Formats: sequence, structure tokens, C-alpha cells
Amino acid sequence: MTMKSLTNLFFAGFVAILLAACSSTTPDSDAVGAGVGGSGSGNGVATGTVGDGSIGGADAYDAGGLETVFYFDFDKATLRPESRSALQGHAANLRGNPKHIRLEGHTDERGTREYNMALGERRGNAVRDFLVLNGVDTSLIEVVSYGEESPASAGGDESSWALNRRVELK
Amino acid sequence: MKENPSIGQLNTQRCRRIWWCMAAAFALLCTALSARAELSIEITHGADNPTRIAVVPMTLPGGQLPGDISAIVSADLDRSGLFRTMARENMLAFPRSTAEIRYHDWSVAGIEYVVVADVQRPAAGRIKVTFSLAQVAGQRQVFTKFIEGSDNELRDIAHYISDTVFEAITGIRGAFSTRIAYVTATAEGGVRVYRLLVSDADGARERLMLKSKQPILSPRWSPDGRELVYVSFETRRPAVFRQRLSDAQREQVTNFRGLNGAPAWSPDGRSLAMVLSKDGNPEIYLYSFASKAFTRLTNHFAIDTEPTWTPDGKALLFTSDRGGAPQIYKLTLGSNQLTRVTFNGSYNARPQLAADGRTLVMVHRGGSGGFVIASQDLVTNDFRLLTQSALDESPTVAPNGAMVMYTSRQGRRTVLAVVSVDARARFVLPSQSGDVREPAWSPFLK
Repeated sequence: MTMKSLTNLFFAGFVAILLAACSSTTPDSDAVGAGVGGSGSGNGVATGTVGDGSIGGADAYDAGGLETVFYFDFDKATLRPESRSALQGHAANLRGNPKHIRLEGHTDERGTREYNMALGERRGNAVRDFLVLNGVDTSLIEVVSYGEESPASAGGDESSWALNRRVELK
Repeated sequence: MKENPSIGQLNTQRCRRIWWCMAAAFALLCTALSARAELSIEITHGADNPTRIAVVPMTLPGGQLPGDISAIVSADLDRSGLFRTMARENMLAFPRSTAEIRYHDWSVAGIEYVVVADVQRPAAGRIKVTFSLAQVAGQRQVFTKFIEGSDNELRDIAHYISDTVFEAITGIRGAFSTRIAYVTATAEGGVRVYRLLVSDADGARERLMLKSKQPILSPRWSPDGRELVYVSFETRRPAVFRQRLSDAQREQVTNFRGLNGAPAWSPDGRSLAMVLSKDGNPEIYLYSFASKAFTRLTNHFAIDTEPTWTPDGKALLFTSDRGGAPQIYKLTLGSNQLTRVTFNGSYNARPQLAADGRTLVMVHRGGSGGFVIASQDLVTNDFRLLTQSALDESPTVAPNGAMVMYTSRQGRRTVLAVVSVDARARFVLPSQSGDVREPAWSPFLK
């Protein structure tokens, strides 16, 4: 490592940060990349803009009052019997009026995060498979797992965990 | 460029391994932009028989330093669990060189080692510290070295002194000059906000890398310590990103349906192991930066996830529930030989290996149902519990193998905690706000 290359690196970083620091506004986006030392943008430092996570517009699926959240047992991805009638209702809706839907799989906080990502997907897949079995076109369904990252309830006991082990149909 | 943060000249070859982190100087320039509270340290349990050491206050004759170097060094050494430092109010004198040390006084106070230093200003805004380690019992100087840097590098200077002292006494390379990456989640105006942050290993100089209203997880370091790879949901799906620390340049690596997760940078820097479920269920893939090709490594209907590399880059350890419950397996690349590694209990996941390739740390579900951090010696298969809380997660091993950082639930929050690999010393780094998740300890920064 030469001192010169170190110096050059530093100078480049310095300029980048100065530019970042001089930028007075931060875009109101959901994801803002930042260099070490600042949260600025304005010099082209990576900035991503994304939606707020909800699907809107005329093409959105209307659940028509049916239950859209389905709960699971710990470390399980098996549909509970009480989930079936609502899901059959959704399947009927989607057969008659095909819409794109998202199945967002979630877990409680116990266990490791990436394993829970996989477990949340397994739950989403279980709901998807049930819908497909009931005649819904599989290409209409996207499963996205959030693992334990988006709990519905923040508590650290079974009453919260039970609410967090879920699939949300959107 | 006199102000460039060079390390000055050291009378040791070890200066090569100190590479002043580019970030250090900038952090102070931009404190207003990262004005959030830093982590602070609270030692909950020390080693049974720590080495007693006194770090004499390091002051500038007739001047002021922008920080307290000896306090930082003392905190470093205390945090290792292997040392207990002397409070400065108990010191009878503040010698500036070993020649000024009255050994008898320190011996009476039970002190085994004394660190003294002479601080000078070689130029405006520059600090030069000539520091010595003395062994009280032998009444001898162990070494004298010097380190020079800018005012903005005061903490780097202090951590260098800590590293040097730590190694001279323990024979273990110090890891105080390293950093950690982690994710926080805070509720802000009813919305959960996620931040990817990098700080020094002691939690100081926290710097924002990414802020998002969608989840961020699984940060890991590149082997050269200059980049992070992580998972972000900013596209409303999980995707793997890489991002340079120096200028925030980032690149989306994956965009598949299903899981895009658990990236792990290979030791040679050329590829990522990761989890994709694009072919139906979670499998381990290898991504080559050069060819941009994805190669599938596992093929099983169970969950395969959380790959981590052996230090020689020849094998991966990963979590799989192919045996009915999550356990850790080893896949040797090339031969594709698969062996199960863990057998204690019904839940062992998220393997991380120490740099020796022998000490495996993991998340283990204990008999009481709680999740704790455990370690297993891959040669003797000796298995031990490192923690005993109800919900501990995300272990990451310091590059010198001496400490394991992890997250622990405290009430309604999660905090960072550290345990020595022998489980004797433990402390927490409570954050001021929000949940702290998924620490990733950097490699040694050259």
C-alpha cells in the first residue's frame, strides 16, 4: 500500500462527503444510501425510491370483507382448519375476477432471522398452494416473506407471537 | 496533503496493519448528519482473574486534546474481559515515561502492568503519542512505540495503543481497531424505520449507511473490510445489495422471485454464497462477481439457509431442517460432500466460524425453550453455551477469535452484547433508541 494511493482515496472520499454535506435536502424516499459519515445525497450517491408497500389503484384485489390474515402454529407452515373457509372465498373471488395478489409470510421473533425468512415463505406457499388447489391461477400470486422483520405485535410473549405468525393476503 | 490521515511513522512493522479507516476523519466532519446517540458500554460480568493494568492519563503539556485517549484505551481493555483497569483517581502519580514509574507504588496497589505515554503536537491538528508498557513485577519496560495521526483520528490512535498493549500481554492480536455493522429498527411517527449502521467495535462513531422504511437485514463484510453486502426490501421484495463504505456506491446483486437472502462473501472476495428460492424452495447458491452467474449448491426440499464460509474458502456451513429440525451442515465445495455438524438439541442455526476455522458459534435452542449462543469445537466436538438469556441471536466472531458479539432481548428491546469466547466475560452495549440487530464484526482493517 502506498501513501499516494491512500492519499488519493482519501481525497476522493473527502470530495464525496463534502458534496454530500453541502446538499441541504434529503429526498423523502424510503431508502437512502449514505457514505460513511453522512446521510446525504445530491452527488449521485445511491438513492433508491420505492413505494410504501401497499398496492393501490383500480387493479387492486378487493377482499370483499373476507378475512385476509391467516395464523400459524410455532415453527409450522400448516394451514389451520379455520383459515379454510375464508381462503375458499378468496379463491372463488379470484376465479371469477382474476387479480394479482401478494401473500406476505411472517414469523414470530424466535429463531434466526434468515431461517425465519424461509419459514415465512413456507407459510406463504402453503396459502398459495391452497388457493391454486382451489382453482386460482398460480401466476396471479406472488409470495413474499418478511420473516420476523415486520411483526404485527411488538410484544415478547406468546400472545404477541401468535399474532405475528401469519400470512397477509393483499 | 499534510492533513491526510496517515499514521505517521511507527518503529514497528506492525504499522502496516493499521490502515486508517477512510471514514474516521469524515465522521467528525459530519457529526450533525449522524447526531444520533452512540452505543455505550456496560460490563455485566468480568473474567474471574483479569490482569490488573493501569493506563495513566495521557495529556498534552500546556494544551488540550480533543478526547481522552487513556479513557478509550481503558474501556477497550476492560471490555475484553481479560483486563481490569485502575481508576485514575486511585493513581498516586501520572508518570509520562517508564523512567518515571515508581514500581513499588503500583505493586502495592496490585497493578501488574502500567501504560504510560508522552503526548506531543508535532504540527497543528496532529497528535503524536509515544507510549510504553511496563511490567511491574519485573520492573521493566516491555516496549516503547509511537503513533501519530490527526485530531480526527484520536480514537484510532487510542485503539492502536489498545491493540498493541493487548497483544504484548496476551499474545492475541487486538481487535479494537475493527468495526461493526448492524441494523436498527425504530418507530418514528408510527412508521418503522430501518437503518444500516457502521461503528467502531466499541460502538463509537456510528455512521449511517442506509435508511429505509422497508426491512434491512443480514449485513456481512467483504474480506477487505471496504464493502458490505446485505438484504434490503426497498423494492418491496428482498434483494441482495453490495455497498462500498467510502462513497456509498451500491449495486443490486439479485432480483429473483422469492427469497434473496443470507449473503456471505467468500474469503477470496470473488463470490457470494446466498439463499435463493427461485427454483421452488430455499437453496444455497454461489454467485460469481466476475461471471455474474449463479450456481446452485444444494438440492433438497427442506430449508437450506444461512451459509457461511470456512476461512480457507473450501467449504460452507449452513442451516438445514432436512433432518426434521434446524441443524448445521457442512458442504465441501468441489467434492459436494455433505456432513451434519451439530447434534446437541433440536435447534442449531446460523453458523459462524472463528478465523481459526475450528470454533463454530451458533444460535441454539436450550432445554427451557430459550434461544442462546453456543459454541462447538469442530475438532473435539466440545459443545458449550456462551449465553443464558431467553432470546439471543445473530452471533458474530471478532477477527481475533476472542469475542463473540450477538443480540439479546432486554425487556421490549434488543441490544448488542459481547461474550468472550471462553464465556467468562460478558457485557452489553445498550443503544439509546430502538432495536439493534444483526451485528457483523469486520475483518481486521489493514
